[in-house]
Amino acid sequence: MSNIEMHGSEIIIKGIAAAPGIAIGPAYLYSKQAIRAQMKPIETTEIDSEIERLRRSVARAEKELRKIIEFAQQKLDPDDTKILEAQIMILGDTILMGSIEQRIGRELRNAEFIVFDEISKYKRLMLSAPDEYMHERAHDVDDVMNRIIRNIQDQKLVSRLEGEAIIVSETLTPADTIIFSRNKILGYATDIGGVTSHAAILSRALKIPAVVGLRTVTRHVQTGDTLAIDGYSGVAVINPADDTLQALERKARRFREFEERLNDIAGLAADTADHKHIELSVNVEFFEEIDFAQTHGAAGIGLFRTEGLLIGRTSVPSEEEQVDSYRKIADAVFPHTVIFRVFDVGGDKLAPGSFHEDNPFLGWRGIRVLLDRPELFVPQLRAILRASTRKNVRIMFPMVSTLQELRRAKELLAGAKRELEKQGTAFDSSIKAGIMVEVPSAAILAEQMAAETDFLSIGTNDLIQYMLAVDRDNNAVATLYTAFDPAVIRTVKMIIDAGHRRNVWVGMCGEMAGDPLATVLLVGLGLDEFSVIPSVLPEIKKIIRSIRFKDARRVAEKVLAMDSPEQIRDYLSSVIKDQIPELPLEE
Amino acid sequence: MITRTVTITNRAGLHTRPAATLVKTAARFKAEFTIVKDEFEINGKSIIGVMTLAAEQGSTLDLRFDGPDAEEAAAAVVDLFARGFDEE
Repeated sequence: MSNIEMHGSEIIIKGIAAAPGIAIGPAYLYSKQAIRAQMKPIETTEIDSEIERLRRSVARAEKELRKIIEFAQQKLDPDDTKILEAQIMILGDTILMGSIEQRIGRELRNAEFIVFDEISKYKRLMLSAPDEYMHERAHDVDDVMNRIIRNIQDQKLVSRLEGEAIIVSETLTPADTIIFSRNKILGYATDIGGVTSHAAILSRALKIPAVVGLRTVTRHVQTGDTLAIDGYSGVAVINPADDTLQALERKARRFREFEERLNDIAGLAADTADHKHIELSVNVEFFEEIDFAQTHGAAGIGLFRTEGLLIGRTSVPSEEEQVDSYRKIADAVFPHTVIFRVFDVGGDKLAPGSFHEDNPFLGWRGIRVLLDRPELFVPQLRAILRASTRKNVRIMFPMVSTLQELRRAKELLAGAKRELEKQGTAFDSSIKAGIMVEVPSAAILAEQMAAETDFLSIGTNDLIQYMLAVDRDNNAVATLYTAFDPAVIRTVKMIIDAGHRRNVWVGMCGEMAGDPLATVLLVGLGLDEFSVIPSVLPEIKKIIRSIRFKDARRVAEKVLAMDSPEQIRDYLSSVIKDQIPELPLEE
Repeated sequence: MITRTVTITNRAGLHTRPAATLVKTAARFKAEFTIVKDEFEINGKSIIGVMTLAAEQGSTLDLRFDGPDAEEAAAAVVDLFARGFDEE
């Protein structure tokens, strides 16, 4: 199945909504491949000037990088600049530069070609390594190489581009995102990337609309083409027709007006009109996101994905490093709470190259990995405990499918507490621990699980896939994947009721929690906590504050009597249109 | 020429920071410094070379030093490995 549709001259490409907003403007195709290093012979008399050109270019490349770092340090977490510093070290590699200069003189070929040829050797070696870490280093090396070559060719720095533009690229590195943000960038559209790619997160933080995962946008767009991107629904339109433009402008205006009104409620609690308090928190993976979430009126963090700490490295951060990270996050959200979900990774992350599963979704992941690898799990538990001294930290176990797993995880947690106590290290002794309910077996055993935990958080993304036996990335069956399937809704109700019978609160951190169409239903089913991506938080809060719990319960009852996803969606959308007419709903 | 064999003990292996420390240390000496791992042979004074090697914890490297101060260079570099690059 294709993600492209054509209407006359208009090309519509579907991707993933990475940062909200609508942008319309000229496209700027930022192609890293566009830098070509053609081989040209040089004369013996030209050797000195060629080497001089190389040295000047390297110095300029370094200056550029230092500027990016300086800029990044103001805007971002200093940790993000480490990658860039490695690039500066490569520019200062005297052995590398020495052999490039020697080759220019010996082979009588132009500087850019020798730079390309020499650095590509290292890149190829890195790409041939089995692990992800080396592949990412290969990108860094590529970046440095292009930077030198571009300077040799005296190409105008793309970041100095004139006027406003939507950047179209295969992929964007954090450095690209940052350097571009100094210009009037209207938006980003990329072939590769997901909602949690670093570039997507940064564009959200910088408030620039972005659509990623468009697969072939770079092949269809040319610099100067008019491009429209819709960062709400994840669509890019090349050469949009007049009516498309008008529709998008209308949508942009509606969202803008609506968002302005949402700012007014940023500081208010997510209580229903009849005063039932709902805990509304955010899903976060990187420290940089917290600020953005707070300006959107988030209280706490309902899901902090700790596996973000593992990105770009092959080894697990030490307990001390983890304590620093977790404490920084807990301090940032204080007095609100943060729920740290312990590393939710598949086996491939831990044993790159040598580990293969035919069906990783039914394989070694989540708590299964952690229970088999206490040397990984226990230091993380210790680190989270040590960061809990201000009593605003909670722990959550992912992918629990049996009661035995839950008990074993709790034993390890209790052991970690005893050890810390013995060492006289401070921690919150009444720290709350809960599980993600994302496997059907855990949903069915929800009451027994609830009896042995402090909270349940429904992870709908996996739960729906497992329940309906649908891989949402498989185009042949993807349409079967819906949170509005009657079986899913009944399961959600069952989990909430089970939790309440055991007096534990029940939250939801899957995408369903952030779907405005589902909000009234979930409130009516009695959900206590919603944890959503920061960009949709104001909208969800607006809905919660606009409805009465009493009415929401009636809506939920009606939905439970329905038997098709279409019927349920239609009904819920009529409820929204009726009760909150100003809410711009996705078509 | 002096040869030495070392094992990487620090957890992060020869990643960016330890790689930089290694290169900086080697650069203090005149002696040529070569690292051999499996079939790879790289110049130990080149950061991009050491990065390419990305030797992980537990792997063994053969080091070669050649030059007037090879003895001192070998001592300094081997000491660095023994201390695990002062990382945990």
